[in-house]
Amino acid sequence: MAFSSLNDFFAMGGHAPYVWSAWAMTLTLLLGSVLHARHERRQLIRQLQRRSRRERHHAAQGRAPRSRSRAGDIDDT
Amino acid sequence: MWTFINKLGSPRWFYAISARLLPWLWAAAAVLIAVGSIWGLAFAPADYQQGNSFRIIYVHVPAAFLAQSIFVAMAVSGLIFMVWKIKIADMAAAMMAPLGAAMTFIALFSGAVWGVPTWGTWWMWDARLTSMLILLFLYVGVIALRGAFSSRDSASRAASVLAMVGVINIPIIKYSVDWWYTLHQPATFSVTSRPAMPLEMWMPLLIMVLGFYCFFIALTLTRTRSEILRRESTKRWVRELAGEGG
Amino acid sequence: MSRAKPSAPPQREPHGGLVVALRATFKRDLILLLRRRGEVLNPLVFFALVITLFPIGISPDPELLSTIAPGLLWVAALLAALLSLDSLFRGDYDDGTLEQLLLSPQPLAVLALAKVAVHWLLTGLPLALMAPVLGIMLSLPAGSYLVLALSLALGSASLSLIGAIGAALTVGLSRGGVLLSLLVLPLYIPVLIFGAGAVQAAILGDAVSAHLAILGALLAVALMFAPWAIAASLRISING
Repeated sequence: MAFSSLNDFFAMGGHAPYVWSAWAMTLTLLLGSVLHARHERRQLIRQLQRRSRRERHHAAQGRAPRSRSRAGDIDDT
Repeated sequence: MWTFINKLGSPRWFYAISARLLPWLWAAAAVLIAVGSIWGLAFAPADYQQGNSFRIIYVHVPAAFLAQSIFVAMAVSGLIFMVWKIKIADMAAAMMAPLGAAMTFIALFSGAVWGVPTWGTWWMWDARLTSMLILLFLYVGVIALRGAFSSRDSASRAASVLAMVGVINIPIIKYSVDWWYTLHQPATFSVTSRPAMPLEMWMPLLIMVLGFYCFFIALTLTRTRSEILRRESTKRWVRELAGEGG
Repeated sequence: MSRAKPSAPPQREPHGGLVVALRATFKRDLILLLRRRGEVLNPLVFFALVITLFPIGISPDPELLSTIAPGLLWVAALLAALLSLDSLFRGDYDDGTLEQLLLSPQPLAVLALAKVAVHWLLTGLPLALMAPVLGIMLSLPAGSYLVLALSLALGSASLSLIGAIGAALTVGLSRGGVLLSLLVLPLYIPVLIFGAGAVQAAILGDAVSAHLAILGALLAVALMFAPWAIAASLRISING
């Protein structure tokens, strides 16, 4: 251990605001990226599920499934 | 060999294979970053000159490494997309850019904060920070350019071209800024010129760098999988996936 | 030896065809741009205006101005050149000439080079020639005026080439102008460093040739890579 007590550790020899703010910003951005990626994925899956439910509903009613293609995911093969 | 590369280019296969890799990558990232942080913060010796503010290096250097590596990875992905028309490469490039910008920002922020106890000022136009700042602008440019096109294919190709132009420029910019700084440098201590670090200091640094790289790969794979769902949403395998509840 | 008759253009003379196309593109762009006097003069007026802003905004003290003059002159000239880039391809894009260029059998990269050459002749070069006059207004120390003009002439060629890449990428976008600046300015920085550095070296009596040599090297690299990037970018913008 480079520090003799927990208080010393937090104080960082007087450099506490610098070390901890740098670390806090880093962890915030890293965690934020992870949360954003998870949220992005969940939202997408929900949208896809909603659409598949709609299509099954339309198919059950005898209507042709309306494929609403958003400008964002036009497939260019 | 070619079948492997062809398979890699298939979004469906990529989606399946990455699902198996991801838990390991996330675990590796978490463990490495946790171990590196604790080691660097609590166990590594303080610097004889800078004291404990030196510990900022354990986030600053990994972030700086990643900032540059991600740009190169983005440019290489762009090249693969333009030459071999592999869409996954473009999806990955699009997902990498924001993380690269975030890493650049972390490097800048930690570098600036580090400067206060070291140089007594919040910002210092030294070669490293100035290069990082320019890199941030390059990232913003690529992200903005991709967003400005309404056609996805044009956006992908434009962003690829810009990333490739940018990556050629990065060494030129670094060399120019280094030269510029040494010309105008006041006689102060520079972060880069220091005696060789003892093992207890650079081991945690290495661990942090590895942890950051694992994080980058894990996050990019995760977001690329989402992008695959987004772009291939009309395909049957995606519909089936959604029908099952993901 | 067949003489090319005006009514029967040569069908299978690739080399002759390329030179003909180059000269035609060059001449056409030159004439078109010369007709739009305003567009040629705007960057020069902008240059002068921006230089005027600095003493007003900072201080009229000649000693202070003389120390920052090299950088100010270079930055203002760089911004003026940037301003004129937006219209490099826009006219041709709007009236369909650009699509015709794409369809031409001549390599687009070479034709783009001709356009950029015209841009440099009518923007970069005049800026370089005007700079010493503005240098007087900023109390630029003696002995550096020639280097100022030289560095700007040499550097602005690179600026035109690099800027053309950005112009080609954004020509099809509705609000491409500001984005163009964002894309191009980071790439301008090496040229700025060595251009302003050359002038400062001249003031201090240091070796100027090293800086000018590096500016030349940057131009060589730009000449090697930029035309292809410009051509690729034009294709993207047109097909989008």
